[in-house]
Amino acid sequence: MGILLFGAAKDIAGVPVLEKPEHIRDVATLRDWLYEAYPSLRQLRSVMIAVNRAYAADSQVISATDEIAVIPPVSGG
Amino acid sequence: MEILIDIKDTITVQEALDFIQAPECGGEVIFAGTVRNHTKQRPVLKLFYECYEAMAISEMQKIAAQVAEKWAVQRIAMLHAVGDKYPGDIAVVIAVASTHRGVAFDACEFAIDMLKETVPIWKKEFFADGEIV
Repeated sequence: MGILLFGAAKDIAGVPVLEKPEHIRDVATLRDWLYEAYPSLRQLRSVMIAVNRAYAADSQVISATDEIAVIPPVSGG
Repeated sequence: MEILIDIKDTITVQEALDFIQAPECGGEVIFAGTVRNHTKQRPVLKLFYECYEAMAISEMQKIAAQVAEKWAVQRIAMLHAVGDKYPGDIAVVIAVASTHRGVAFDACEFAIDMLKETVPIWKKEFFADGEIV
């Protein structure tokens, strides 16, 4: 599955969905890859990763069928 | 505890109040968040809210579950609007009903504070000077 992007992360990448490279197997690797591909993401206060609609720790393993999303700082309310 | 969670284009205080009213409850506390016409003295024309809906609903359910654990609350409604919102429009409503008012105030404040911290909803501000942030 692709990687869903929202808010400022979507604006920085310029697209709402990214292809997930094969080598990415956990959240930490995914974040490193995102920072490499889109250095402006580093300007955000935080970049959380959600796996299957829940916030995920860096160590969480990502499998091919997981729903992955990039969550920049939220600003609801 | 009875729970109403919804994310949609237009929300009203009335629908939240209608949901939480119950004969056993003597205290209803409602927080309504509306669109301000300025941010740090700069005029704002409108806000645009987007959300990751499936996860936002899930995170709101987690907040409601925490409220149920911490307080003797009978009913809670958590509503959030999405799309273009203009000054004066309602963006969010949290309504809590309990037997007495004290817990309803505490639970309502907790729920809106948590929503702003954890629920994946984002706003974009359209300023009168043309800037979009």
